Amino acid sequence: MHPAPSVILFSSLSGMGFGLLAWLGIGLPAVTGWVAFVFFALAYLLAVGGLIASTFHLGHPERALKAFSQWRSSWLSREAWASVAALLTMAAYGAGLVFYDTRLWPLGLLGAALSLLTVLTTAMIYTQMKTVPRWHSVMTPLNFLSLSIAGGALLAGQVTAAMVLLVLAGAVQIATWWRGDRALAASGSDIATATRLGEKGSVRAFEPPHTGSNYLLREFVYQIGRKHALKLRVIAITLMVLLPLLLLLSPVFHHLAAALAVLSHAAGVLTSRWLFFAQAEHVVGIYYGKR
Amino acid sequence: MTTLPQQTDRKLGLVIDLDTCVGCHACVISCKGWNTENYGAPLSDQDAYGADPSGTFLNRVHSYEVQPEAGAAQLVHFPKSCLHCDDAPCVTVCPTGASYKRVEDGIVLVNESDCIGCGLCAWACPYGAREMDQAAGVMKKCTLCVDRIYNENLPEEDRQPACVRTCPAGARHFGDLGDPESAVSQLVAERGGVDLMPEQGTKPVNKYLPPRPRDQLQGPEDSGEIDVLAPFLAPIDSGPKGFLGWLDRTLEKL
Ligand code: SF4
Ligand code: SF4
Ligand code: SF4
Repeated sequence: MHPAPSVILFSSLSGMGFGLLAWLGIGLPAVTGWVAFVFFALAYLLAVGGLIASTFHLGHPERALKAFSQWRSSWLSREAWASVAALLTMAAYGAGLVFYDTRLWPLGLLGAALSLLTVLTTAMIYTQMKTVPRWHSVMTPLNFLSLSIAGGALLAGQVTAAMVLLVLAGAVQIATWWRGDRALAASGSDIATATRLGEKGSVRAFEPPHTGSNYLLREFVYQIGRKHALKLRVIAITLMVLLPLLLLLSPVFHHLAAALAVLSHAAGVLTSRWLFFAQAEHVVGIYYGKR
Repeated sequence: MTTLPQQTDRKLGLVIDLDTCVGCHACVISCKGWNTENYGAPLSDQDAYGADPSGTFLNRVHSYEVQPEAGAAQLVHFPKSCLHCDDAPCVTVCPTGASYKRVEDGIVLVNESDCIGCGLCAWACPYGAREMDQAAGVMKKCTLCVDRIYNENLPEEDRQPACVRTCPAGARHFGDLGDPESAVSQLVAERGGVDLMPEQGTKPVNKYLPPRPRDQLQGPEDSGEIDVLAPFLAPIDSGPKGFLGWLDRTLEKL
């Protein structure tokens, strides 16, 4: 799949933003006043910034409001609702903390749940695609949620929790890759089922429909950079989990180390999300003799 | 509404005969022609005369080589357009309701004025039957020529999809696949029509008729046949005659 920068930015940044909102919702850290304002501003910057980036890849962003209409069947529509509900609930809860020094517990808990629900709906947009066997698995939501919660803990300054959660997220990430590498073969789709000519002999794509490229090849058969996948995976895990862990464990733990840990983690998540798209094989590639 | 109808009154669709398709791409051109001039945004081309031409097509013809265990390889031309699936995953993913499946005839369509161009429906289609138009920013797909098949301004014989009407080999058939008595259903039953990628669970309406075995592909040496007259027909002297023969002999002597 084509790794569109807008979508990678969106899902990584807003994942971290909603993760932070979830931690703020359960009162960790228990901040009020100006400190709360800074935390909430950061969370909103990430979450809303990501959402805005995601509209860049639309053909008609001016019609984006129509995307709220089909929540009965469409995960993208559910994502739209969940994100707006989470942002509004957390805004009311945050206003209580910042301006009135009051913690509206029920609102916070609801906001935290809605924030995680938003991350889940984002993951489900990809998970539902049976056409992309690498995504069509419970590992996708686990991957997105574990990264969001761990990244949120890091941003929220929950050092002990962050360390445990980073290790967990790293383990889920490796399991996701391991399963993903076997997914296309396990899906049962190949050139024999695609053409149904398999019973007659071995099938080979002889000539594509056109000599030039097309939307399908550009969008679904992205192969550039796949050969570096292993290196990029090592980089992703190092930046996402190992380096932040080392920084958090370092005896001289101070704000600079924390900031570095966050930046490294974010860069790792972006790398992992790039791979999530670039390595995903869409079954339509089979018709072109590609994967 | 992007939930799918429980069932449709009819199942209009195409039956594509892989045995007779000659791979001429006439259906590709007539489809592009009709659908550029009629319903919805035109099917644009980018850099059409440049180094990297590409464009939107609702119907594309692939070619595959099938190599049996024994005998000669066979070339199969393979036209592919939307299969108007009963369980169309492209419809349920659409966030705006722009994509829908019609209850009356099962045709899957896009309402272009509602489409935000998110591309999710093209992701959900296993067959590559949907293409985002790069100029209009909306999703394009085969309409089963909905603006021809019911169009009373057209002469009766033209009230079928442009691709079906055009095909010089008669490789594309149009009809109601929900009616077991229809000509297309009979054809599917008789020729053993199949679904593409059945494991994807889309339940396509369009069916593909497998190519028949090409029993004459094999020459006598492959098939082991003995022709008693063959020795009499063999060339006696394969050397060149006349002027060429003289030239050949002269050059030989030099
Ligand atoms: S062929 Fe693709 S676009 Fe057409 S109905 Fe089936 S899934 Fe949808
Ligand atoms: S591209 Fe258009 S038709 Fe397809 S899912 Fe998005 S809004 Fe619906
Ligand atoms: S039915 Fe019409 S729109 Fe569909 S492939 Fe044929 S010509 Fe194109």
